[in-house]
Amino acid sequence: MLRSTLLLAFGLAAFGATTARADEFTKTDVERYQKEFEQVAAKGRELWTSGALGTNGVACAQCHPNAANTHPETYPKFQKQLGKVTQLFEMVNWCIRNPLQGANLPPDDPRMTALVSYITFERRGVKLAPGQH
Amino acid sequence: MSEFITRRSVLAGAGASAALTTLPISMVTLAFGGTREDFTFTYISDAHIQQIKGASFVRNWDQGLKRAVAEANLVKPESDFVIFGGDLAQLGKREELDHGAEILSKLKGKLHAVMGEHDYYLDLGDYWSKLYGPHYYSFDHKGVHFIVLNSILTSEQWTFHRWPTAEQRMLEMAGLDNPNGSPFMVGDKQRKWLANDLAKLDKKTPLVVFSHSPLQKIYKGWNFWTDDAEEVQALLAPFDSVNVIYGHVHQIQYNQIGNISFNSVMATAWPWPYPQSYAQAESHLPVLTIPMNRADPFFERDATGWQLIDIGSGRVTARYQLWDNDQRTVAFDHKAGHPVDIAYQEPTQHRLPQTHY
Repeated sequence: MLRSTLLLAFGLAAFGATTARADEFTKTDVERYQKEFEQVAAKGRELWTSGALGTNGVACAQCHPNAANTHPETYPKFQKQLGKVTQLFEMVNWCIRNPLQGANLPPDDPRMTALVSYITFERRGVKLAPGQH
Repeated sequence: MSEFITRRSVLAGAGASAALTTLPISMVTLAFGGTREDFTFTYISDAHIQQIKGASFVRNWDQGLKRAVAEANLVKPESDFVIFGGDLAQLGKREELDHGAEILSKLKGKLHAVMGEHDYYLDLGDYWSKLYGPHYYSFDHKGVHFIVLNSILTSEQWTFHRWPTAEQRMLEMAGLDNPNGSPFMVGDKQRKWLANDLAKLDKKTPLVVFSHSPLQKIYKGWNFWTDDAEEVQALLAPFDSVNVIYGHVHQIQYNQIGNISFNSVMATAWPWPYPQSYAQAESHLPVLTIPMNRADPFFERDATGWQLIDIGSGRVTARYQLWDNDQRTVAFDHKAGHPVDIAYQEPTQHRLPQTHY
């Protein structure tokens, strides 16, 4: 079984090398995708600990070591203090505006992507629980 | 059980008979188990005063310390003394220590200070000493022996040989979750001093030890940890009543190891998650501990506060003054032989916000 799977994988890889098709990828591709993510998450960690996101030098990590107590698995959820269902990036921006005394990042800002990547990476393996308070 | 004379009853007695005005306090039998005068002390910790630049400081952290000082000054009857539990500064700078000391200088009563890592790793406690004196010391008060330890030391290699500048050393230690940090310890020299300090005491003398880090092992990754905790505990173990009070963790914790009771105190600056909420590592929050309520970040001072402490029962009773939340009291249960939260110890009494994830 394993041998036939491997043969199939190699066969696909050899084929994919000449003519790329939808949904075909090699082990090398997968490694690259993973690396791309890890680099962005590492950038997120850098921002998380840097004190550069706001104006007062306060860093996210001062209150949230290892991004703990951010529970990304519970978003989107009803955020009682905002009175509506909220996405994680809105809470990140809330923290940037308040304890960090800074300005909102656009939701698709590469820095926001990096922050959310880091937060989620530190919570890997935890079951999704959307809406949980 | 001891019979206690409260300050109020002492003063009332003094008023009733002028001849006794100087007598009641000195005549109180101070030995543990006899009649003695009750007293309270105030505990404020972890202010993390943070300079932005020049004369501007992070407003949020300033407000926490100012509020604690203002409230502590209103307590009646007054506390006998105040402990500041360490981390007055964020990056050990003179400006931060001076600004924090200025706020603390408004306190009524004698202040005893404990060294935190944020006060230490820039100049190894040099400037802090100019403000507050020796890094470790002991004093006696009304029959109780109080010991202040500097528990945030670490290896010589890390302290003296690892970092190119003092500023970088401070920054590396200031990051709670920084893997480049190093485990805290009391160290050989100070443990020898402690052994000598204890040698002259009767084993019945109640001990209260103040340290910045927990003198027990909870989670190494965030230095909720003292590497030589067991050695320190062994020195304290022969005494009948030992109480350790520590800061650093910014959350309510309590525990009992042998005859040693442990109580943590809150920060005035910001709360920390319980270590079990970091999903990638194992930690060992004492099973006795009922967590504090989850912090609501929209209330700036929620899950921060200060403490009023007495040892009237022969053990620590910590009254947590929690802003924007219900007060909590953790007191020693003599039947159970360990500290309990007087409101929440029974599982049926736990509140939903005390569940963390």
